[in-house]
Amino acid sequence: MNGYNFAYLDEQTKRMIRRALLKAVAIPGYQVPFGGREMPMPYGWGTGGVQVTASILGADDILKVIDQGADDTTNAVSIRHFFQRVAGVETTTSTATADVIQTRHRIPETPLRNGQILVFQVPIPEPLRFIEPSEQETRMMHALEEYGVMHVKLYEDIARYGHIATTYAYPVKVDGRYVMDPSPIPKFDNPKLDGNPALMLFGAGREKRLYAIPPYTRVESLDFEDHPFEVQTWEHTCALCGSDHSYLDEVITDDKGGRMFVCSDTDYCQTRRGEVA
Amino acid sequence: MYVAVKGGEQAIANAHRWLADRRRGNRERAELEVEQIGDQLRLAVDRVMSEASLYDPELAALAFKQASGDLTEAVFLLRAYRTTLPRLAVSEPLDTANMRIERRISATYKDIPGGQILGPTYDYTHRLLDFLQLAGAEVPPAESRDDVTEAEPCPQILELLNDEGLVEQELDDGSEPADITRDPPDYPMDRAARLQMLARGDEGYLLALGYSTQRGYGRNHPFAGEIRLGQVEVEIHVDEWDETICVGEIALSECQLINQFGGSREAAPQFTRGYGLAFGHNERKTMAMALVDRALRAEELGEPIVGPAQQAEFVLAHADSVDASGFVSHLKLPHYVDFQSELDLLRRLRREHAQNTSFGQSESHGNPATEEETSARKSGQGKHDREGGVHGL
Repeated sequence: MNGYNFAYLDEQTKRMIRRALLKAVAIPGYQVPFGGREMPMPYGWGTGGVQVTASILGADDILKVIDQGADDTTNAVSIRHFFQRVAGVETTTSTATADVIQTRHRIPETPLRNGQILVFQVPIPEPLRFIEPSEQETRMMHALEEYGVMHVKLYEDIARYGHIATTYAYPVKVDGRYVMDPSPIPKFDNPKLDGNPALMLFGAGREKRLYAIPPYTRVESLDFEDHPFEVQTWEHTCALCGSDHSYLDEVITDDKGGRMFVCSDTDYCQTRRGEVA
Repeated sequence: MYVAVKGGEQAIANAHRWLADRRRGNRERAELEVEQIGDQLRLAVDRVMSEASLYDPELAALAFKQASGDLTEAVFLLRAYRTTLPRLAVSEPLDTANMRIERRISATYKDIPGGQILGPTYDYTHRLLDFLQLAGAEVPPAESRDDVTEAEPCPQILELLNDEGLVEQELDDGSEPADITRDPPDYPMDRAARLQMLARGDEGYLLALGYSTQRGYGRNHPFAGEIRLGQVEVEIHVDEWDETICVGEIALSECQLINQFGGSREAAPQFTRGYGLAFGHNERKTMAMALVDRALRAEELGEPIVGPAQQAEFVLAHADSVDASGFVSHLKLPHYVDFQSELDLLRRLRREHAQNTSFGQSESHGNPATEEETSARKSGQGKHDREGGVHGL
């Protein structure tokens, strides 16, 4: 695109971001401050993920963008268009074909392979933020590995409801050291973080933080011995592809309480339907 | 049969065409020119430049037009453009004492060297709608004096107090200031970084916070020592020539507040200062900024932190309208996946609640529950205002 550098950001900025990413990979789960830039889309709409993608994208890479697991939600369409326009890269909806996948709120159902990079859009990178609002304090808590408050919060859920009442953005511990917010993915996706062969990068634009889970890293969801971590299950199967093991979205079909359940991962669902047909 | 929602691309393209059509308005009228906006709506242009932190009246006017007059959107447009610009040079510190003054007032002295100059101000206008403007009445030109050949020097009022040592000195210690456009915020921030964040902070937000200090939430007894508006030369040092040259002029507003004095066993009591600076004519913004700047110095000056305006992390992290409007508006993005998680949990909690309630009824027939069970049930009976809900992003 005329007047802009490849993938929008200038090379100096991309280098700064890549340096921060290297640090993030070296210290898994640690939030690295970086000089985040304004992007031509609003903060909160994926600017962190977009900056990460822009910094790592090569001219030959194939890009996939999903939001809520789907390639055709409006913001996924918008971000994909952005990179088509400013980087001219090939795009795809196929998880298996993509080199870089930018995502909001989901990890694809199709297992990722080594060499792929999954870029998460992160609204609030600090897992302790809603327990301690001050950044000065939370950085200190991470430094001292002072995570007792997080367990107290989970315990309070159990005391009150009988089980842990956090369903998404469920906190994890990375490589036995840093407690990390996996971004607002459903806790259903948390097990996919553990030992994943792909590199996972997290970008929070407004909060100016980057963090990473390198391939094959140990990632544990916080829990208690007598209240082990568990994921959502459905009584239904996908109404389109019949999957009984993917994350399902509920779709309201009429105003009389009619509803159906379908895969939130549209590529996975379509691939399955293609195989069945 | 359900059909997966498709056509996002077409919908976006159509929405943008509709927007452009709305913005153009009635085609029988002449289209608004960018130059007209810069000329006749200059206070809007100044505000956009200030909060976008880019001095370019023409592009600010374009942003204002493109945003259909939505100032927050215009600030965002210009800020997003700013981020793509190379940094060619760093200017010398601006010398506002040498401002070519259009307006300059002090509320602390009746008469001041250089004089009080009201300038083009809305102050003292009666806020009566001028219906003649509706009828397109001609506006007579302003009076101008031609007997002034050389402008009188206008020293900074606060420097006059310096002679007696009545006001704290502020000196350039030569240290490199932080750059909030390049470096992530690192709390606690020094004053230079705080002032940068306030300078591009949202005017309405700063106004409310500044106002709150006047109403007792961190009061700091301000006097408007001096407010000045006018043109200031921007100079850069050219290494090759070993010379400092002027590259142009920018319009600035500056507010210096004189505040309550501190003092200690070692230091004699002195007035303290709050400082506000903005591009263009942005007087209200600079006053609010100076109030908040002074409030944020509470810790440094050993004052109790009792008001929101004194809490640096709170004030600074939420001042930027581009940050704030982006994150608030992101609630419009799809959240089906997280919402599904919450639906699932809520149904489960309600199911358990119903079971517990029917269990509680049989309990009254002589089947006492343990204390633990009773308390768990009680808390379950309240509204599900669980704290986990704050993760809703």
